[in-house]
Amino acid sequence: MAVLVIADHTNAALGEATAKVVAAAQKIGGDIDVLVAGQGAQGAADAAAKLDGVRKVLLAQSDALGHQLAEAVTDTVVGLAGGYDAILAPSTSAGKNFAPRIAAKLDVNQITDVIEIVSADTFVRPIYAGNALETVQSSDAKKVMTIRTTAFKAVGETGSATVEAVTAAGAAGREASFVGEEVVKSDRPELVGAKIVVSGGRAMGSAEEFHKVIEPLADKLGAAVGASRAAVDAGYAPNDYQVGQTGKVVAPDLYIAVGISGAIQHLAGMKDSKVIVAINKDADAPIFQVADYGIVGDYKTVVPELMTALG
Amino acid sequence: MKVLVPVKRVIDYNVKVRVKPDQTGVDLANVKMSMNPFDEIATEEAVRLKEKGVATEVVVVSIGPQQAQETIRTALAMGADRGILIVTDQDAEPLAVAKLLKAVIAEESPNLVVMGKQAIDGDNNAVGQMLAALLDWPQATFASKLEVTADKATVTREIDGGLQTLDVSLPAVITADLRLNEPRYASLPNIMKAKKKEIAMKTAADYGVDVSPKLKVLKVTEPPKRSAGIKVADAAELVGKLKSEGVL
Ligand SMILES: Cc1cc2nc3c(=O)[nH]c(=O)nc-3n(C[C@H](O)[C@H](O)[C@H](O)COP(=O)(O)OP(=O)(O)OC[C@H]3O[C@@H](n4cnc5c(N)ncnc54)[C@H](O)[C@@H]3O)c2cc1C
Ligand SMILES: Nc1ncnc2c1ncn2[C@@H]1O[C@H](COP(=O)(O)O)[C@@H](O)[C@H]1O
Repeated sequence: MAVLVIADHTNAALGEATAKVVAAAQKIGGDIDVLVAGQGAQGAADAAAKLDGVRKVLLAQSDALGHQLAEAVTDTVVGLAGGYDAILAPSTSAGKNFAPRIAAKLDVNQITDVIEIVSADTFVRPIYAGNALETVQSSDAKKVMTIRTTAFKAVGETGSATVEAVTAAGAAGREASFVGEEVVKSDRPELVGAKIVVSGGRAMGSAEEFHKVIEPLADKLGAAVGASRAAVDAGYAPNDYQVGQTGKVVAPDLYIAVGISGAIQHLAGMKDSKVIVAINKDADAPIFQVADYGIVGDYKTVVPELMTALG
Repeated sequence: MKVLVPVKRVIDYNVKVRVKPDQTGVDLANVKMSMNPFDEIATEEAVRLKEKGVATEVVVVSIGPQQAQETIRTALAMGADRGILIVTDQDAEPLAVAKLLKAVIAEESPNLVVMGKQAIDGDNNAVGQMLAALLDWPQATFASKLEVTADKATVTREIDGGLQTLDVSLPAVITADLRLNEPRYASLPNIMKAKKKEIAMKTAADYGVDVSPKLKVLKVTEPPKRSAGIKVADAAELVGKLKSEGVL
């Protein structure tokens, strides 16, 4: 049995998700190799080599891999697939983009958003916005899956695997090409891995209000900032703040929902948080059905009071 | 330019899903069904391409039960030109759906496929990428903006951390994210007109595709339930509670 983990990374650095996918791979068992597919990605590869339980790190580099274009990542992984029984990627936007392409090239299904490895061929995954959990057994020759990283605890970093260069796929004839990127660098923790998340909803009413209310509270708590779809659609917060069924899935120790009603699609992204706090002026808002602590009131008074109480 | 839009009939997004007591699946009896919301967005985008004069024909295709005709009618009422329904009794897995769509594409030769990023029943987020793989076409997933010319599409994609823009040569597969557009409501005259539009009825066997499942569903269970906690009077009490929970 051998498992290939496709690393989450930004070329220079390894993403937090990788150590969690390695943890999932350990539950499958066998040798675990990590593929870093990028360009100028020695930094990420060296970091991956430190992850516990990794046999070796495979480093594939080309321009097309620098932006992790699905076509190039797929061709690279398919070239390596012969040596592996399972291929795991994190449920990041990059992982979700290339993993099904890899699966189809290998003529197997992809198992999306795995939250539990029951055995080498049996997995649990949420369906219907997390309102049901499906246990599936795969008869496919190779298992290709994305791992919901909030469900796995990162492995340690005391390893010393070797880094080995492997053949990288470049841009083939009919291709996608990278034009540009708008990625906002923030000093706040990353939403998906954060210990505390403060999210704002439609109640904010404007981007200005979102900055003025949600961000200072988050900064006081050292928290990441999230948002409901309504807040993102209205332009109060950037799209990558969206928490939910079709946004990011988070499971922090503390999740504070401010002016969010608690639609099932939002709950899908945060109901596995350890402690949930809701601030909403409507005592009947569904968010209170999942909140450990609720304050019924106008956020305009409650949030400033909270800032003061936090000292 | 011909645009193909695959649309799926799914449980309405407002319905509270119930797991069947025998753990074989979720209860779909007497439940409101609708077009997958992402597929409405995809249909809207295709219709707008036609209105802009970029597309000449919008063909919708669905794989599902007889009732999926209603889903196709909805797309036709939004402005799509004709439909194809491939009738299957069971929910086909993403790879099988992709193989059927590939077979449809072999007959229809569209220049562009615009589809949803995810069906909200299985939450797989897989068919678009799989279809692109099987066709060896480029893909641009999670699109929030799309510009199409005769031989390429420029697509802004929602990614972790922000937005990415790609150029893909046509033919290509694009999958729609939530913010690509706001789908229209079909007007009554357009609903009437849609009744006269053609829907071709097919079966999986017509395309020679095997749709038997490769994944065995052992059980479907309810997730651990969260119960409502307590209401606290004010921020000071809240901070006290959070400190004693050890999360502050
Ligand atoms: C296909 C699909 C996918 C979706 N995916 C997601 C997703 O990933 N994430 C997501 O979040 N949503 C998602 N949604 C949308 C979801 O259904 C809800 O529409 C959305 O979550 C509502 O956002 P909200 O709670 O901010 O807004 P609303 O539902 O409008 O709630 C606003 C809340 O603020 C409260 N409020 C108003 N003023 C104040 C005040 N002054 N002080 C305190 N409280 C106040 C109100 O009582 C209300 O409860 C999706 C929908 C669809 C169809
Ligand atoms: N049975 C189906 N019939 C038509 N289109 C489908 C079907 N299943 C999935 N799709 C398309 O594939 C997209 C992604 O679905 P999925 O990968 O199942 O989450 C959907 O938004 C649809 O556009």
